[in-house]
Amino acid sequence: MYQILKQILRTGIKSETPPQADEALRVDTQRLQQQILDAFGGALAIRQVDAGSCNGCELEIHAVNNAYYNIEGLGIKFVASPRHADLLLVTGPVSRHMEIALKRTYDATPEPKLVVAIGDCACNGGIFCSDDADENYATCGKVSNVIPVDVAVSGCPPTPTAILQGILTAISARK
Amino acid sequence: MPIKHPNLKLSRLTDTLPAWAGDIAADDLHAICRQVHDGGGRLVALWGSDVRSEGGGFVLHVVLINETGLVCLNVPLPAEHPHYPDISGIFPAASRMQRATYDLLGIYAQEGHDHRKWLRHGAWHSGSFPLRKDFDAAASRTHEADDYPFVQVEGQGVHEIPVGPVHAGIIEPGHFRFSIIGERVLRLEERLGYVHKGIEKRFERMSLQQGAKLAGRVSGDSTVAYAWAYAMAAESIARVTPSNNALWLRALLLERERVANHLGDLGYLGNDVALSFGFAQFWILKEQVLRNNAALFGHRYLMDAIVPGGVASHLSVEGKSIIEQECDMLEQQVRILRGIYDEHAGAQDRFIGTGCVEPRLAAQLGLCGLAGRASAQAWDARVQFACAPYDTLDVQMATYRNGDVAARVIVRFDELFESLRLQREILARLACDDAATAPLERLPANGFGIGMVEGWRGEVMVAIHTDAQGGLARVHPHDPSWQNWPLLEHAIIDNIVPDFPLINKSFNLSYTGQDL
Repeated sequence: MYQILKQILRTGIKSETPPQADEALRVDTQRLQQQILDAFGGALAIRQVDAGSCNGCELEIHAVNNAYYNIEGLGIKFVASPRHADLLLVTGPVSRHMEIALKRTYDATPEPKLVVAIGDCACNGGIFCSDDADENYATCGKVSNVIPVDVAVSGCPPTPTAILQGILTAISARK
Repeated sequence: MPIKHPNLKLSRLTDTLPAWAGDIAADDLHAICRQVHDGGGRLVALWGSDVRSEGGGFVLHVVLINETGLVCLNVPLPAEHPHYPDISGIFPAASRMQRATYDLLGIYAQEGHDHRKWLRHGAWHSGSFPLRKDFDAAASRTHEADDYPFVQVEGQGVHEIPVGPVHAGIIEPGHFRFSIIGERVLRLEERLGYVHKGIEKRFERMSLQQGAKLAGRVSGDSTVAYAWAYAMAAESIARVTPSNNALWLRALLLERERVANHLGDLGYLGNDVALSFGFAQFWILKEQVLRNNAALFGHRYLMDAIVPGGVASHLSVEGKSIIEQECDMLEQQVRILRGIYDEHAGAQDRFIGTGCVEPRLAAQLGLCGLAGRASAQAWDARVQFACAPYDTLDVQMATYRNGDVAARVIVRFDELFESLRLQREILARLACDDAATAPLERLPANGFGIGMVEGWRGEVMVAIHTDAQGGLARVHPHDPSWQNWPLLEHAIIDNIVPDFPLINKSFNLSYTGQDL
């Protein structure tokens, strides 16, 4: 125990200031009222759904939980069930094999709910879809082809700061 | 020459790897597989290709490995009823690969034990095969429900827990069907294929350069290993060798990928035994590595840093000293954390004896990579088939016999320290500011090449076939997770359900790498 405490003290506090919301990331017009968003802003529960990603975006979503970005310090946490969630964080091009699971996860999330699409593939199909078609035999392409999306964060993968910014944009009011 | 058989004429594929290829008749497949198996060899990969447009039928490709090298057996199959003898009786790891090959190409293993679909769920119907050149995506679309016959365990008090495809954490999707009594697991059956994205079909319309980017996204956590294996396959077809400095830089990137992943896993293994201190500490270290990657190579996970022909980045003099300092810092910090993990009774109680894969079972089923080394399977491509620059680095392989979660933790620690040592060695020999690279523009026609790299998870292999114009006719990326997923089903037997997340994390296998 002494060694653990010593190491914690030696490490110190690493957390950095979170980014500001960015209106440019918003896809859909605000679907929720301000008072609901204010309530979300206090404590947000996120359900992450990998709908077909290469696992690159997941690495950065893990990183959002590390001491530098410290998402839990902002009152935002990842939960184990869509029924506990306010917001779905979805990666992928949506594979056809995940289409039903994603729709069911969306349906299982109680209203009011938000969806943030993470990564180039979730925004436009990415490298897994060709330039002339945003789908193929195995994928439905971008997330908004399957469920409504509020905010889309591009990047391959987007940085933890960009992911955090996307989440904060979703729960902030449209200026 | 690794295999001798009267009907097999092997030709050397490349000077980089000890790899050969040869054609054999389907009737001889069994005898050769048996010979390799009895000599202590393993199955690396199995896939098929459609060559009907060139006047043939289909071809089954089987890559085997023994202590002298890799052999790719090409088995020509007829266009009508393409079938071959089942080899899963010799190499159990072949079973899922054979099933996937049927789903994608419609060539089938005769007399196999298991003919259930594997990668196909409900996206295309059973009579159509995406990797056939005449596949019509629109006409093959179906919305039929995915009806998959799981094996049922019967008896008094037995019940099932279905888990997934959407899991409770930030994890890739897959389905696990547990049959349990009380908390004890009697059987686990995996159902994967949820993140099948049609990667192999996608390669077919890509240029060599686009293909390199896609290869780097087969499994995002192993992007360096895949990009290098792809580049190695392309370079072996073109008969070119990248500059020494490019090879040094590739090895540096590969070791950095290993360090980042091992740090992350060690943090999560702490987290999974309620030692969240471990998560906080290891992820601070991982973040520092990722930030240095972004500053020095332009990408936190090093995507697109390796290109066919060379590398797309270089290291400055300041960059070298940043990495040297990082290695010193990591060495010191990880030693402290290892001491804490070793002394932590609660963590060790959860680690030791949990999720055990005995060496005998590991050998029988072909467990490979990091998990294999934790079960006494002494294979590491950096050691046995050390291609440049590893041939001058004298990599020390980390192995352990216990095969439990604790062993997989120990192997990760040992490999982490070894990777730090290798990075220092590489930095001492790498010439700074040398971007000497000659990107490959095109590949020769009708070529075939293989690349294999020891990624952090295990051996990553990429095979490339080119067409008559030198385009990508067929690219097959193979993840070591193919071999290791079935072992997870064994590792959990007789453990309790709450230990599954810990055991699963200790393997940390790729879903996307096997779903393709």
